Amino acid sequence: MKERIWVKSTAHLFLLLGSLVMLFPFIWTICTSLKDSSEVFTYPPKFFGEQLKWGNYERMTERFPFYQFFFNSLKITVIVVIAQLITSSMAGFVFARLRFRGRDGLFGLYLATLMVPAQVTMIPTFLLMKYYGLLDTHWSLILPGAVSAFGTFLLRQFFIGIPSALEEAAKIDGCTPFGIYWRIFIPLSQPALATLGIFITMGTWNDFINPLVFLSSMDKMTLTLGLANMQGLYSTDWPALMAATVITVLPILIVFLMAQDAFVKGVTLSGLKGE
Amino acid sequence: MQRKLFYKDGFWATVMLLPNIVGFLMFLLLPVLATFVISFSNWDMIDAFKFNGLTNYKHLTEDPVFHQVLGNTFYFTLVSVPIGIALSLLLAVFLNQKLKFIRFYRAAFFLPVISSMVAVSVIWQWIYNPEFGLLNYALSFLGIDGPTWLTSASWAMPAVIATSIWKSLGFNMLIFLAGLQSISDDYYEAASIDGASKVRQFFSITVPLLSPTTFFVTVMSIINSFQVFDAVYLMTQGGPARSTSVLVYYIFQNAFQYFQMGYASAMAYVLFFIVLIITLIQFWRQKKISIY
Repeated sequence: MKERIWVKSTAHLFLLLGSLVMLFPFIWTICTSLKDSSEVFTYPPKFFGEQLKWGNYERMTERFPFYQFFFNSLKITVIVVIAQLITSSMAGFVFARLRFRGRDGLFGLYLATLMVPAQVTMIPTFLLMKYYGLLDTHWSLILPGAVSAFGTFLLRQFFIGIPSALEEAAKIDGCTPFGIYWRIFIPLSQPALATLGIFITMGTWNDFINPLVFLSSMDKMTLTLGLANMQGLYSTDWPALMAATVITVLPILIVFLMAQDAFVKGVTLSGLKGE
Repeated sequence: MQRKLFYKDGFWATVMLLPNIVGFLMFLLLPVLATFVISFSNWDMIDAFKFNGLTNYKHLTEDPVFHQVLGNTFYFTLVSVPIGIALSLLLAVFLNQKLKFIRFYRAAFFLPVISSMVAVSVIWQWIYNPEFGLLNYALSFLGIDGPTWLTSASWAMPAVIATSIWKSLGFNMLIFLAGLQSISDDYYEAASIDGASKVRQFFSITVPLLSPTTFFVTVMSIINSFQVFDAVYLMTQGGPARSTSVLVYYIFQNAFQYFQMGYASAMAYVLFFIVLIITLIQFWRQKKISIY
């Protein structure tokens, strides 16, 4: 019993210390975003300035088309999430339930591409976008984002676990395969779809290398690319930079806090991939 | 006849697969093959496309910068993977003690995971700043005169590694936690009755039973480390003196700054080959592994 208490206190101590290391940079960022520019460089550093300068958030939008960046990120993320959920769930259903020649071979190809690093496909995709005049348009991010081998694989695995009794009854009643997909599989897979949706949201919102390669004009940029550019140009205006950082992280944080359990399940699921 | 078609699997399989297959071919399968073809060419987007056999691959063996970035990538991997795994395992073991506030801890460790690397690197560049950064301020209390971190050839890489570990710790911790929760309590109860200490239990029960999870996390971490890019591009631009240039950063430079598409493609295939070997080792081990 004594050992148990000792173990628990040690655990709390380490976890609390760890949490502090994790959270402190974010707290410091919020504090800095509310300081006056002159207070940033005070030594020793202080948590809070004389007064809270909300003006930093305004200055950030004056110097940079920040609303535009935000809107671009939002637009691309929403479209990619919806598109990828549709293509992945339809294909996942086909691979899990429908029978046709060459199915397993085709699915094998999908599996094989799971281990291909993204950098391997980037050069031809860049050339393709250039050829079709889609460079520096949002299509260059949306089209490749609309399909993923991982999403197809994840939903196929989930659909395989759904008992076939339900669809047998629907088949007898004359339901088409699409009807079975739409009326039975989609409603039953809400948790899996939510998990995948969150993963796609996180990946698309935070993506940096693809916007960096495909976008060049300021009004097309996503929030991540915009923030990186802002840092390059105004590296000394730390309060405005920190305000922009807060705005970049906030939406994902809100999604996370609303759906923490789906997140955790998603990570566990992706961990099970290796078992 | 029409009606029959409407219920046929083949018809619906075609219709429902079509959008996915088009995207799969255009942006995954064909690009993978195209990169392979381009890697045997001199393509630089200016001169006419011409095959040049193994020239690019031969060039790789002679290019001192490529050797350096490969070395840096191994350095990054060999340091970040073991430390990241040891720390996340330790945290997961603590988190598995049926503690209060588990949701708070979990959220705290997950915050860096969900944050964009761009935001994270802005924050950490501020912390690493040699003049007014927090890290050197904290070190001054210990009487240490901190280095210039991101602008120091010997400290830039450790700094980038520390930030990367900090960012991915929560993710690995959660996978370990799931693995720990699948170990039955019976083992620990039996061991307690036999008088085994917690530390002994950790090494005699947890470590061996958790080995499939540990192996999976190790393989995934190694693969991710070989593909590190954002942190380097954002925090150091590969510098100073290429001390933090990694493989993907050099691929990016060759492809999108120097437009040496052929050479960059050859390098991308070297990366693909490395990842392939690591993945195959994992497959091979999964077949052999004894499941407890």
